[in-house]
Amino acid sequence: MADNSMRTFNINFGPQHPAAHGVLRMIVELDGEVVERVDPHIGLLHRGTEKLIEQKTYLQAVPYFDRLDYVAPMNQEHAYALAVENMLGIKVPMRGQLIRVLYSEIGRILSHMLNITTQALDVGALTPPVWGFEQREILMVFYERACGSRMHAAYIRPGGVHQDLPQELIDDIEAFCDPFLKVCDDIETLLTGNRIFKQRNVDIGTVSLEDAWKWGFSGVMVRGSGAKWDLRKSQPYECYERLDFDIPVGKNGDNYDRYLIRMEEMRQSTKIMRQCIDLLNSSEGKTAVSSSDGKIVPPKRDDMNSSMEALIHHFKLFSEGYKVPKGEIYTAIEAPKGEFGVYLISDGSNKPYRCKVKPPSYAHLSAMDFLSRGYMLADVAAILGSLDIVFGEIDR
Amino acid sequence: MEFIVSALDYLLGIPFLGWGENIGFIYKGLLLLVALLIFIAFILLADRKIWAAVQMRRGPNVVGPLGLFQSFADLLKFVFKEPTIPASSDKFLFLLAPFITVMLALAAWAVIPLDYGLALADINVGILYILAISSLSVYGIIIGGWASNSKYPFLSALRSAAQMVSYEVSIGFVIVTVLLLVGSLNLTDIVIAQSEMGLAYMLGVPWMNFLNWFWLPLFPMFVIFFISLLAETNRPPFDLPEAESELVAGFMVEYGSTPYMMYMLGEYVSIVLMCALTVILFMGGWAAPLEIAPFTWVPGMVWFIVKVGMVFFMVSIVKAFVPRYRYDQLMRLGWKVFLPISIFMIFVVALVLQLTGWGWHGGLA
Repeated sequence: MADNSMRTFNINFGPQHPAAHGVLRMIVELDGEVVERVDPHIGLLHRGTEKLIEQKTYLQAVPYFDRLDYVAPMNQEHAYALAVENMLGIKVPMRGQLIRVLYSEIGRILSHMLNITTQALDVGALTPPVWGFEQREILMVFYERACGSRMHAAYIRPGGVHQDLPQELIDDIEAFCDPFLKVCDDIETLLTGNRIFKQRNVDIGTVSLEDAWKWGFSGVMVRGSGAKWDLRKSQPYECYERLDFDIPVGKNGDNYDRYLIRMEEMRQSTKIMRQCIDLLNSSEGKTAVSSSDGKIVPPKRDDMNSSMEALIHHFKLFSEGYKVPKGEIYTAIEAPKGEFGVYLISDGSNKPYRCKVKPPSYAHLSAMDFLSRGYMLADVAAILGSLDIVFGEIDR
Repeated sequence: MEFIVSALDYLLGIPFLGWGENIGFIYKGLLLLVALLIFIAFILLADRKIWAAVQMRRGPNVVGPLGLFQSFADLLKFVFKEPTIPASSDKFLFLLAPFITVMLALAAWAVIPLDYGLALADINVGILYILAISSLSVYGIIIGGWASNSKYPFLSALRSAAQMVSYEVSIGFVIVTVLLLVGSLNLTDIVIAQSEMGLAYMLGVPWMNFLNWFWLPLFPMFVIFFISLLAETNRPPFDLPEAESELVAGFMVEYGSTPYMMYMLGEYVSIVLMCALTVILFMGGWAAPLEIAPFTWVPGMVWFIVKVGMVFFMVSIVKAFVPRYRYDQLMRLGWKVFLPISIFMIFVVALVLQLTGWGWHGGLA
């Protein structure tokens, strides 16, 4: 009888909630302010991406990847492009690789900047997002100048990148690096040493390394718990092995460590960007931007005016597309949020037979209950912010 | 009959027209109310502008020059919007709650002296009156949260009840230390006392009035009072009742249009009230900071408003910089840090006064 008279206080956290990071809906069971259970509901942003990709040629599938983790669009394209290239056995020329890495790191900054500042917002600090978004704005203009679109780039394509970068853009990106580090310092003065920010984040959402592996975490979520695991180092793709950068690792696996790691990763990304720009400006970086092997990259407009073969190739590429040899492959990259994988099965036709996307956020969100149990309602928002979740890639 | 005549005179008299001998209380009240509301309109704008400046934005700048009329545009917008009342709410209480908030916030202004003798009601228990009124103001939030019959407002009402009670305690003790020095509950006495004793007299430079004010001898209390002020008025970092990232908008979730505006108005009126109280208790009220020529020419009310503006600036800038406390951390700060410190300070102040015989000996005592 006594048990029946007590019941938990259930609240519907989202999908219309300012801290829900998109369209997350969580049923939160509360005992007073203490969280008894968190039940995340997904699927509100489901668009059938994977099924749609099966209906498209390999090239037409690229823009869908922009719409997965829409905070750092090119990183997803990168994973897909690598998967297709691996199946075709194509090697991208140096300049193409450098541009890809450059824009992947811009994507990392875009994502981390959003995450750090909204994590601050989730614990009630209202100013960092505005400071951070100013920098994101600059970066999105770099996206736009490379490919014409601020978010949905469709720039990194199987075979290389869509087109070369103008020299002024490269110079502008270089000029961005130093002032950006200053802005990072400014944001850190607001947050890193702030007592309230520390009280809200230190020892909140703690996850041990063992649990992190068990829950299938990747990226910052395992690095926060102490694993020096970064696909850019542990299984380097593109030209990452030639670049000099550090992998920041946390100790306690709490929100605060993850915040610090993201902050440092932005600085490391800036370092990588600088190296890429130096290489792009050197003789080594003056190659073509996409591979001429395998006839998967369309010919130049000039060639099409004079060469009939070029015109035919162009027509075939944009109508039938190219065929990918039979087989299957899993390719993963270190996306800002963790290991972003693409599992492709080809039946030898011009369309993927199956394309499975492995988003990092999905595993992270699944641990929401495990992470939040016993903390308070306010911590749910902080933990959610620290998981770095984007619903584009969870719901797909 | 005579009583009715004198009461009418007191309330409605207009001596220039030959009606009675006093200027009616109602007119004075209305004047204060209108002046206060116009002041609040610009304080609201100032809050948004300061916040915007910290965030490197421009803030409201469209309505009128520099956006000066933004608050009036907002007022019109809120008033002309359709009020929505949730079907499951208790409609009477739902609409009553914002009125309670705004009424109580305005009522407390009756005893605030803007200048010497310029208080609507210069009662001798002024500070008690303010404490009583501000304790009641939690009802506005609790009733609103409860009557909405919705989960987020309910949680918010619980939080705000606990929060306001906790910080009221330390505010009370802080005020007690001031009262020990002054020996009077009258707000005018408190202000006068600050100009008639203190460090400047001890140093032999009595014209350096700002050294006399209580912020200096009671500095820890001044800090505690300022922080409790933030908690009492639900300003960041203590804005838990309306914490956006947890409770969306807390007790105001179900409110819109005019009732919502009443809450906002009540909130800002009580923020400015607490700023005014800080000025009265610790910053010498209407007194000029230096008792020498150019400063003493400025009317006391101007000094008062300037000082209120300074305190409000601090309140405003805090909002831009700090994250929000968690519920238990807020409680810990209130009960385990501020309360012991303020009780300890009462003993220290009382002991010092007893041993040195320092303190104000004028006024009613």
